[in-house]
Amino acid sequence: MANRTLASRKQTVIAIFLVIGFIYLVRLFYIQVIDKSYTLSANNNVLRYVTQYPARGLIYDRNGKLLVYNEAVYDLMVLPRQVKEIDTAEFCRLLEITREGFIERMEKAMNYSKYKPSLFEKQISKETYGYLEEKMYRFPGFFVQPRTIRFYPKPIGAHLFGYVGEVTQGLIDKNPYYRSGDYIGVSGIEKSYEEELRGIKGMKIRMVDVHNREVGSFQEGRFDSAAIMGQDLYLSIDADLQEYGELLMQGKMGSVVAIEPSTGEILAFLSSPGYDPNLLVGRVRGKNFKLLSGDPIKPLLNRAMAGTYPPGSTFKMVNDLVGLQEGLLDLDTRYSCQGKTSSPIRCTHTHQSPLNVLVAIQQSCNPFHWQVFRTIITNGGQGGIRNNYVSWRDHVMSLGFGHKLGTDLQFELSGNIPSAEKFDAIYGKGHWNAMTVRSLSIGQGEILVTPLQLANYAAVMANRGYYIVPHVVKSIGELKKKSGDFNKVVSTIDKSHFEIAVEGMRQVATLGTARWYQIDSVTMCGKTGTAENPHGDDHSLFMAFAPADNPRIAIAVIIENAGFGSLWALPVASLMIEKYITGKVNRPDVEEKMLNTKLY
Amino acid sequence: MRERKNIFNNIDWTLVVLYLIMVLLGWVNIYAAVYNEDYSNIFDISQSYGRQMIFIASSLFLALVILLTDARFFSTFAYAIYGFTIFLLIVVLAIGSEVSGSKSWFQIGSFAIQPAEFAKFATNLALARFFSAQHINIKDVRTRLLPLVILGLPALLILMQNDTGSALVYGSFILVLYRMGLSGNYLLAGALVVVIALTTLMVGIIYVMVLLIIMAAVLFFFMKRNRRNIINLVAILLLGIGFTYSVEYAVSNFLGEHQKTRINVLLGKQIDLKGAGYNVNQSKIAIGSGGFTGKGFLNGTQTKYNFVPEQSTDFIFCTVGEEWGFLGSLVVISLFMTMLVRIIMLAERQRSDFSKMYGYGVASIIFFHFMINVGMTIGLVPVIGIPLPFFSYGGSSLWAFTILLFIYIKQDANRNSLL
Repeated sequence: MANRTLASRKQTVIAIFLVIGFIYLVRLFYIQVIDKSYTLSANNNVLRYVTQYPARGLIYDRNGKLLVYNEAVYDLMVLPRQVKEIDTAEFCRLLEITREGFIERMEKAMNYSKYKPSLFEKQISKETYGYLEEKMYRFPGFFVQPRTIRFYPKPIGAHLFGYVGEVTQGLIDKNPYYRSGDYIGVSGIEKSYEEELRGIKGMKIRMVDVHNREVGSFQEGRFDSAAIMGQDLYLSIDADLQEYGELLMQGKMGSVVAIEPSTGEILAFLSSPGYDPNLLVGRVRGKNFKLLSGDPIKPLLNRAMAGTYPPGSTFKMVNDLVGLQEGLLDLDTRYSCQGKTSSPIRCTHTHQSPLNVLVAIQQSCNPFHWQVFRTIITNGGQGGIRNNYVSWRDHVMSLGFGHKLGTDLQFELSGNIPSAEKFDAIYGKGHWNAMTVRSLSIGQGEILVTPLQLANYAAVMANRGYYIVPHVVKSIGELKKKSGDFNKVVSTIDKSHFEIAVEGMRQVATLGTARWYQIDSVTMCGKTGTAENPHGDDHSLFMAFAPADNPRIAIAVIIENAGFGSLWALPVASLMIEKYITGKVNRPDVEEKMLNTKLY
Repeated sequence: MRERKNIFNNIDWTLVVLYLIMVLLGWVNIYAAVYNEDYSNIFDISQSYGRQMIFIASSLFLALVILLTDARFFSTFAYAIYGFTIFLLIVVLAIGSEVSGSKSWFQIGSFAIQPAEFAKFATNLALARFFSAQHINIKDVRTRLLPLVILGLPALLILMQNDTGSALVYGSFILVLYRMGLSGNYLLAGALVVVIALTTLMVGIIYVMVLLIIMAAVLFFFMKRNRRNIINLVAILLLGIGFTYSVEYAVSNFLGEHQKTRINVLLGKQIDLKGAGYNVNQSKIAIGSGGFTGKGFLNGTQTKYNFVPEQSTDFIFCTVGEEWGFLGSLVVISLFMTMLVRIIMLAERQRSDFSKMYGYGVASIIFFHFMINVGMTIGLVPVIGIPLPFFSYGGSSLWAFTILLFIYIKQDANRNSLL
């Protein structure tokens, strides 16, 4: 390797350096001197960067009815550096703000940045906007930015849709997509589907002269980008059913959830008391939010997922199913009931004794179910209690209780099916038995479920043993199906055992505790519940599905502090099932009574 | 005392003066880039220009320390210094803090330091030391593989910190290897690879493949058709087609969403979606609006808006372009060219292979930073976040470049006492 030849390579290296340097100079000469489009005109025009906010995606119900759309509003922006001496008095009068308010807003904007636009006054009215637009030249540094806000043609589904708010500083730091003043879904569908709904922001670069007049777009919009609207959502919700449910639940505290069992699609999802979603939109949002969040009846609380209740007697079939699966119960098993004198749990109904499981479900017999539960837990003697309890709990959880279902909505609670460890902690290991935890046999004690879980349990019954994770979005856009994304969860209990429980539920509706609210043309299978509530009057519960064969709807209704399940929750559920399946309601008397009753 | 006097007499004042001019220009432009009427004092250390002044002062001190150190120190301890920075790169992966997506900083109070910056000169020292050893024989497999290990190790660790830009810098050592005897074909192949990759992404894989086949057919027609040539031609053709395919595949499968967007924006396939081309557009507007003579010191309207997020670091050249115009750009580019050429000229007068190779390394590193950084501000290169040497704001980068350069100045000053 001759060193002389290698030494000559320095020329190649230097040539590479110089060629790149030369190319860069040519490029610079081109964009700086030749291409005049970059040179701003001599009277010191400046560029103004106006974010193009995309409209959020629209939301439709399962039949294509529009539920959520957008309306245009105008934000007044300020660029502090460009604010020159202006007639503050007139400006304040135009905007109907005080001098102090003006100074405060200006200081806030200055603190954020002198060079970047800040929001000065959000969502000014169309009139003010029109007036301002004419006088804009007198207020350099101010300009108007169009935005869109949500609008709801029907005042329903507040908890379902959630609401949109401004991003917080914490979120801006975490996620570079968001800039100060951006909107973001805060709860409900708006939050879970934020990325689909929000669209893509654009940017327009305008040239502005010294008189704050826009003199056109920069380089004919070469660097502009249009905002791209968010994707539309098609919900599984049936708007008519949802609206009817909200009407029926007026004046009642509680929740209704209805699911299509075969798909897991949520048909109705409501929490009462609700509120008009239009209240949490635009300029009025702050004020209304304060009012709603301070209200003692908690209208903002989404009881359908974030409310937990003891399931009461609706839970009885669960114990029967576990007993059947473990081989400790069959159609011939009979237990006796001493009615009001039964011990340790008395019966509140009058019926034959001894009785089998079908009659026990039909008549909601407490002693029967206590004896089933005791048999399950004490099976195999004293030593097996803890293990029996653990396997009982596994069966129960496989029906969708005690854990989050994983729906596509945010802030779901898991409810509670107490663990063996929990009882160990309370009573000491080996110091508790079926008697200690007897309340579980009738859905009381530590058990808590959400209305969503209760409806899902009705769907498990309807499907005879499995559920599809409940969800509210059917598809994103018209094409992208979402339904396939949700798992089928099969319970640990055989299908044949469900037939027995379902037969019991059918008898409930025809012969038993729910017979007063049968629907002529539809066979309903259901179960009432009257849950003791340590904080006040009993809760009224009902869960059901219909029709008995090829079920189309599974539903759970919970009305707080309303007493018997058969009195309040049952008629609401019965009316909604009738409405959904037949399309109309043939019992005007029942309907009128329910519509007119105020329970709080 | 005599010895110290000698040291200052022998140093190459051209490089020192170029360095000082660049550092001071950088400082003034950082001041202009983040200028804030409320803190108009350039010495205000609550602002980044005030802090940059401290970085400059400490860099000068570092330079002095290096000049006072025995020149043999750096060749003797080259591997030790290299080993230490590798150690730091590993530690920073474990306990470093994340700054804008890269886990590459040691945070000590309000003070942050980035080991990746220092790994550059350390790697350069190690590579120079390796090539200066007596047993070097370019035909030997060990000689061929070890430099790749020396370069690859820090590059890989920096890549793991998610700092792609700094990792790419190690590719620039190909110039050193070239000077050391690597065939010029590799250099050509490297350039070809970049060109093919870019055209594949720009005009589509089919066209490039067709073009390659046509070129091969033409070559086949004109070349001497012996067996060896035909095999080579087919091999190269297959390699080229395989490469275009893998570029297409890699971009659509391995690159992150933001890297993909950046590439697409640069290639003009995608326009400003999600603001990915935003920095580049802002930067081009700022530089382009500077005109021939610029808008004047502190009069840049576009850079003042802080719309380009890394105005004082990666996009410092915007301020130069906007406020000083084409003349300013010409001065800065000329400064870099002069410095690079000077470094190479000095390298060729070195007696020791160590200093010579080290010099080529210094030039390669500075050149690569210059090419990428200025190239991205004028929209010729994808946005890769690496600083402009001596200009960009930041302690780690300024210190590292100062050390890099002054070790070389020291080696050069010492060239006559060797051998």
